[in-house]
Amino acid sequence: MEEKLELMIEDARDKNERALAKLISHVEDRKTGWKDIMKSIYAKTGQTCVIGVTGSPGAGKSSLVGEFAKKLANLGYSIGIIAVDPSSPFSGGAVLGDRIRMRDISTYQNIFIRSMATRGMLGGLCQAARDVVRIMDFAGRDIVIIETVGVGQDEIEVVSAADYVVLVTYPGGGDSVQAIKAGVMEIADLFVVNKCDRDGADVIVSEISAMLDLSGDAGSETPQVIRTSALTKEGIDNLVDILSDFMNRKKKCPHLQMECVRQEVISIVEKEMASLIQERIAGNGNMEKELKLILSGKSDPYSAAEKLMNRFTVTKNLERSTGRRL
Amino acid sequence: MGEGSKIRVLIAKPGLDGHERGAHVVVYGLRDEGFEVIYTGIRQSPAQIVSAAVQEDVDVVGLSILSGAHISLTKKVMQGLKAKGADDILVTVGGIIPEEDKKTLKKMGVEGVFTSGAKIKDIAAFIRAKLRESS
Repeated sequence: MEEKLELMIEDARDKNERALAKLISHVEDRKTGWKDIMKSIYAKTGQTCVIGVTGSPGAGKSSLVGEFAKKLANLGYSIGIIAVDPSSPFSGGAVLGDRIRMRDISTYQNIFIRSMATRGMLGGLCQAARDVVRIMDFAGRDIVIIETVGVGQDEIEVVSAADYVVLVTYPGGGDSVQAIKAGVMEIADLFVVNKCDRDGADVIVSEISAMLDLSGDAGSETPQVIRTSALTKEGIDNLVDILSDFMNRKKKCPHLQMECVRQEVISIVEKEMASLIQERIAGNGNMEKELKLILSGKSDPYSAAEKLMNRFTVTKNLERSTGRRL
Repeated sequence: MGEGSKIRVLIAKPGLDGHERGAHVVVYGLRDEGFEVIYTGIRQSPAQIVSAAVQEDVDVVGLSILSGAHISLTKKVMQGLKAKGADDILVTVGGIIPEEDKKTLKKMGVEGVFTSGAKIKDIAAFIRAKLRESS
């Protein structure tokens, strides 16, 4: 590994914020040597507690994270926050505004906030986010909070990789209960009805409780449903207590560990395959030829895909037998 | 710039003025130019801005100031960045800046000053050119 990178890693471990930030960028941008960085820090990670926070846009996730992160920091924990916002699929740019809601804690010595755009990478967000969690873990953060809008498979995958998942909803969201039905219900360890200073909070609490009573296996622990308000601070202490309690109870479950590692390896292989496919199948002009055939009515997407796949497999086999890249 | 690199910009409003329309226009304009723009809202202290710039590892800090306090606020941000070893970050200032103050800002190390009427395309081109120079 380059000496510059080694130095950066050392400085990040020594609590240098600038080095930590640079290290995150290097890995997030997938710059040369990023994988060496991850390989070299991996053995020194696994100490941190990862809290995933998800919920529909406008549920108050950032404000809530700001409030409970402040309390946890005051308890002496050192904290990393990763706030994920979507990239524009058109320009590739992004507006990352979660810091607006966390201004109180932006100068806390033991809180490090990092905004992250989804960047539309093929299956990439989850791995990139996981990498950033790991870097913060390596840099000695006791708790890493990762906040995403719980929409889409990718984002659900991100939070489901957390040790503890908090699902945030709010009254007046209209179909806020509808929104949490799809896929996130199963992964949540705690349901938070935020903005409980507003009318209708009790209705949401009972609706969620009713839903939870119907789902889940008999005998399994039913997740709690609590009320908070980032505005009046109601329920924040309760939330902090629940989180601290979880951190004290947290032990390593061998099966879960194995499952996590399996998921991660699969996700890395998928990502590598995807870029291989883009580079080798789509990149050499054969794709264009097939597309023209489809447009002129001489082929169809299914046959084209088959042909491209065949060519790819043939090339791969040839390479294996001759020992050189074609 | 590396493989998956994006230009990251922090747009920040130091001081007490609440006129954030201009900042909004720049934020959305630069997003459409393909930049990742971190916006921290109004009434930020120089310390908050410096901390955000360091943690987010931005390439550019754009300060939007319409209060008339641009000299002293910018000076504090520049000093803060220097103290954190982050004075290689490109700093630009926008807002209502009298002609005679532009020189003072540039002497402090501010690379670009954009007042009303500045085109987003020009701001984006300026940032790209400056970052190319320094990389």
